[in-house]
Amino acid sequence: MMEPFIQVENLSYAYEEEGARRPVLRDLSFAVEKGEYVAILGHNGSGKSTLAKLLNLILTPDSGKIVIAGREITDPNLTEDELYEVRRRMGMVFQNPDNQLVATVVEEDVAFGPENLGVPSEEIRQRVDEALALVGMQKYARHEPHRLSGGQKQRIAIAGIIAMLPDCIIFDESTAMLDPMGRRDVLRIMDNLNRERGITVLTITHYMNEAARADRVLVLNDGELYMQGTPAEIFSHPDELAAIGLDVPQCTDLVHQLRAAGIAVEGDCLTPAQCADAICAACAARGIPFNPPQS
Amino acid sequence: MSSITLGQYFPGNSLLHRLDPRFKIVLAILYITASFLCKNIWSFAALAISAVVLVLVSRIPVSIVLRGLRPILFIMLFTVVLNIFLTRGETLLVEFWVIRIYLEGILTAVSMVLRITVIIVGTGMFLTYTTTPIALTDGIERLLSPLKVFHLPVHEFAMMMTIALRFIPLLIEETEKIMAAQKARGADFSTGSLLQRAKALIPILVPLFVSAFRRADELAVAMECRCYRGGEGRTRMTVLHATAADWLMLAAVILFGASLVLINRFAPGFTL
Repeated sequence: MMEPFIQVENLSYAYEEEGARRPVLRDLSFAVEKGEYVAILGHNGSGKSTLAKLLNLILTPDSGKIVIAGREITDPNLTEDELYEVRRRMGMVFQNPDNQLVATVVEEDVAFGPENLGVPSEEIRQRVDEALALVGMQKYARHEPHRLSGGQKQRIAIAGIIAMLPDCIIFDESTAMLDPMGRRDVLRIMDNLNRERGITVLTITHYMNEAARADRVLVLNDGELYMQGTPAEIFSHPDELAAIGLDVPQCTDLVHQLRAAGIAVEGDCLTPAQCADAICAACAARGIPFNPPQS
Repeated sequence: MSSITLGQYFPGNSLLHRLDPRFKIVLAILYITASFLCKNIWSFAALAISAVVLVLVSRIPVSIVLRGLRPILFIMLFTVVLNIFLTRGETLLVEFWVIRIYLEGILTAVSMVLRITVIIVGTGMFLTYTTTPIALTDGIERLLSPLKVFHLPVHEFAMMMTIALRFIPLLIEETEKIMAAQKARGADFSTGSLLQRAKALIPILVPLFVSAFRRADELAVAMECRCYRGGEGRTRMTVLHATAADWLMLAAVILFGASLVLINRFAPGFTL
């Protein structure tokens, strides 16, 4: 059997705070396959962002093991070149688009990563053009980032990561500061990168409908793995989620309430479209004439 | 606020816009040096003509160039007044009460104004108007890169410049937001004594600094995630190539300087 792409075993990490140690991650173990789309859910302070920073060694774990593509990156003998190779493979997009763009011209910013890696000039040019095309921002190559919208800036940040040719991209609440349009664009790019480019996507979020798009969901609570499974499995436990301050997508919640009221509705109902279909089917089963909206 | 521009860069595609930034920095220095070579009325005339030619070549509207001179108007006026009233010479033109104006004073004043104007216009045409701040930073980094041998942090300096240019508009925007927020809570920035007004700025500066440090921290992490490890082993997307135009322009400016010296020497005229 092939090894998983990311293997995390008994990972622990604590912040030093006024002399006291505040544990953030406790004995966390999980694995992510190559090409998987995984959402990491958890309320504030559950250790999600810390986990992301451990996966590309911005932080060093106190104990435990992280293996990425067969190489143990928590190995104390890891060379500096190997460290940067890990960071190249594990690209990361942050929450605030303003604080991750370095250059005053869009294409210069996208080139920043490959330049750091020592890629030859002609190849950087090619990678930058491809990355900008992939996020639909070619038109803005010579623009100044501060004149772009939040969603556009975030797309530039993603292009900057794509240009390093990563195997995996970690999105650390990358849609949290965006308007609905910007969020939709970024989510579409995330889907596209995963499905068409085979890039492993880890998305840290507290939007339930974003988690519902993933192949698998990991739920963190207080630095421990609380639940994991497909979105359908996770969201069929609304009570367990509510216990740690999380809810389920609105449409799923609606279906749960209908069921609780004794109305049989079939299916997982993770998206509004699925939910609408399920409710129409339930209506039809009861002989209620109902014309489903044309989607 | 999105209209804020840094420096005076005027987008265009003239010969001067397309020159290699490294050459433009050298050209600007040479041109300023040349302006100090002028000794008589003919060489000053040549200098003035050269400045006009530069403006024409750059295709930057004259009104924009003149607007660029406005901030130094006071300095020029001051120089003129000082030179006219204080220079003592041989040809007395006006004598009235304690005021004595000599021809030499007027000539010195005119030459000073001309020289300051040409320096401002010249550097503007070679650098600020025709070169983006990022190209300028890039040019400085590459011109100074031989100094790395002496362990001068040339790359780090250029990186700092770039980041500063990137974040200045952000911080200005943030200052405005904080000011608006404080005004909404009844802060008063426009009345009271100087001391009171300075004190009123504290509630703006504190959150501004806090936020700037937080930004710096996040940016540092983001840069590390993008494999930044200093200038060592770093390549660049845009490689600067000196073209024939660059060398020709360099030759032209050197020739211009040489011809000014010759004019001083052989053309008759008022020596200034």
